[in-house]
Amino acid sequence: MPLVKGGKIQADEYVHIADDAALPESGAVLVSAARFLADPELVLQRREKVGVIWPNNRDVEDLVPYVERLALIALVFPSFRDGRAYSQARLLRERYFFRGELRATGQVLRDQFVFMLRAGFDAFDVKKQADAEAYTQTVKRYSVFYQPTGDGRVAAPFRRLQLRHSESAGL
Amino acid sequence: MYAYDEIDRTLINERVSEFRDQVKRRLSGELTEDEFKMLRLQNGVYLQLHAYMFRVAIPYGTLSSKQLRRLAHVARRYDRGYGHFTTRQNIQFNWIKLAELPDALADLAEVGIHAMQTSGNNTRNVTSDQWAGVVPGEIEDPRIWSEVLRQYTTLHPEFSFLPRKFKFAITAHPHDRAAIKIHDIGLRLHKNEQGETGFEVMVGGGLGRTPFIAKTIRPFVHGRDLLSYVEAIMRVYNSYGRRDNIYKARIKILVHELGVEKFAQEVEEEWQQIRDGSLRLDDETIEDIRSRFSYPTYEKLPHMPDELRKAAHDPLFERWRRNAVFPHKATGYAIVTISLKPVGGPPGDATADQMDALADLADKYSFGEIRVGHEQNLALPHVARRDLPALWKALETIGLATPNVNLVSDIIACPGLDYCSLANARSIPIAQELTRRFANHDTANLIGRLHINISGCINACGHHHVGHIGILGVEKNGEEFYQITIGGRADEKAELGVLIGPAVPYNDVADVIEDIVEAYLALRANPDELFVDTVKRLGVEPFRERVYATR
Repeated sequence: MPLVKGGKIQADEYVHIADDAALPESGAVLVSAARFLADPELVLQRREKVGVIWPNNRDVEDLVPYVERLALIALVFPSFRDGRAYSQARLLRERYFFRGELRATGQVLRDQFVFMLRAGFDAFDVKKQADAEAYTQTVKRYSVFYQPTGDGRVAAPFRRLQLRHSESAGL
Repeated sequence: MYAYDEIDRTLINERVSEFRDQVKRRLSGELTEDEFKMLRLQNGVYLQLHAYMFRVAIPYGTLSSKQLRRLAHVARRYDRGYGHFTTRQNIQFNWIKLAELPDALADLAEVGIHAMQTSGNNTRNVTSDQWAGVVPGEIEDPRIWSEVLRQYTTLHPEFSFLPRKFKFAITAHPHDRAAIKIHDIGLRLHKNEQGETGFEVMVGGGLGRTPFIAKTIRPFVHGRDLLSYVEAIMRVYNSYGRRDNIYKARIKILVHELGVEKFAQEVEEEWQQIRDGSLRLDDETIEDIRSRFSYPTYEKLPHMPDELRKAAHDPLFERWRRNAVFPHKATGYAIVTISLKPVGGPPGDATADQMDALADLADKYSFGEIRVGHEQNLALPHVARRDLPALWKALETIGLATPNVNLVSDIIACPGLDYCSLANARSIPIAQELTRRFANHDTANLIGRLHINISGCINACGHHHVGHIGILGVEKNGEEFYQITIGGRADEKAELGVLIGPAVPYNDVADVIEDIVEAYLALRANPDELFVDTVKRLGVEPFRERVYATR
């Protein structure tokens, strides 16, 4: 599955470590939530980047003590229909101020990119090569948004007032 | 009317382009039908028995004559010359070709109409009182808030993949015409002691196989907090609503399983975290939305003009006026309901020619405005009373003056087995037969207000649970049978109907309904006691006896 990050297809620097495999000496690792929570300090004491795959039926609140030391949180879309990870993403970004990489994994198709970006994702494990290649085009589909989220885009109500004020100021 | 600005126009045009690309990928085989299904459902496209069905939103039931003409154009150009108005202020076209859908959407987008989220597991069209802004006794126009919610829910980045569909309805009148208590979120606009606008928030109403009347989780949420409070509800539902079983995935089941107090507490905790955030609505933002609704400038007209006095000698006119004309907040004006329930016709259908003609009449007599109600009828909201006789004549000539509004033949029905792949039984022919049985206006008038609702399956699109008489099609050994309930209602006193006994076969349904109605006429305390009140007073037993004694 191609990884799209920073707007382009890239190699994944993280190595996914199975729960029963030993942690490698060096390199960025991605571990399951179960392994991580069994002994968070053991994993986090590594000098290199640590990421965790967080299931969509577990409160992200449990990650709060670690958000500053985690380099990556991967949220899961078991199917296109299952949208729980959108809420998790917004909470991690907007309430718990997670600043690392927020990666969408699982059933990730181009038709979700805009929603995901707005919810705070910045990396995508894309299911199909063609969708990954279409990333740059697809994320330009929308130029206006009705809702304010933490992604910093100006939402419609605010934009309208800005327009109105600049008109009344004769600008 | 709400006037779209550049932002609204840009957004729906961008949605049309996106959908055009999705259809193109489907037609080229890049997407499988299974993959395409989720995408088309987010834009109102179902696969029915015979063809794709296309559902278009009419937010809070308000249409301009220009928009209605464009709907007529879509019916004529892309369908078979008619459209079907639904119970949720949508219009459906039943014979659309997939390859032409993007063009139909583009045509609609030019007049500010879209099909976003009219199906799929997302927030659906926000519905409201079809008499909003014109009915006497309204607290304020609920469409301002409906539009605030329409924008907030459109392409929401967090709530577009919910466990199941999610419906909002708003009313701002003591008499609820929007059926808010059978919605996922029902909002009753009212004022607090300081005179500030807010909402009683009800959650978890819905019909289907597990019907519930919505429960109040907060008696007053200030208008400025509406969106943050709604977001808290949606977030709790998105996180904890069941996804293991689609029949248990609606918010009503979550509310039921958690208990309403626990659910309300979860919402409250979430809300406290976000209520002072970016969703807080300031007065300026609300005023900005309000300013883009335009209202007619009414003339000073007499309540009883000469035209009306003269026409009163015509019994046919009088019959229609008494039935279809309702009080307006401005003296000299009236609200006119247009029945889409002609004798022998499918409920809620209008031909392209009727839509065009009605658009012309709206221009001439109703400041270019038309309303759509959940009863599957239309309305002209600002008719000068002096124009009523002329309007009536014009409506007569296009077959839109059936004087049966709120009467026994004003039936709500789903498309049923004639169109729908989910249905177990036919709905439309039952409705047609009933309109023939009760075609005599004097009889229907004697019976008085009586709502019959018909659903062709347990999904309850015809809202049978809340019909004064509800008819539900089921399948029994490969044959169509119908369960009959009585005593349901969808208004401010919403209640679910009670089953009167075993299901009856297709051929008996109309006879059974006649028996029930005859029993009511014999049992009612006085001619002013409505059917539903007689059922309330006496229970179902006397009706059951009457129906099953000879069967």
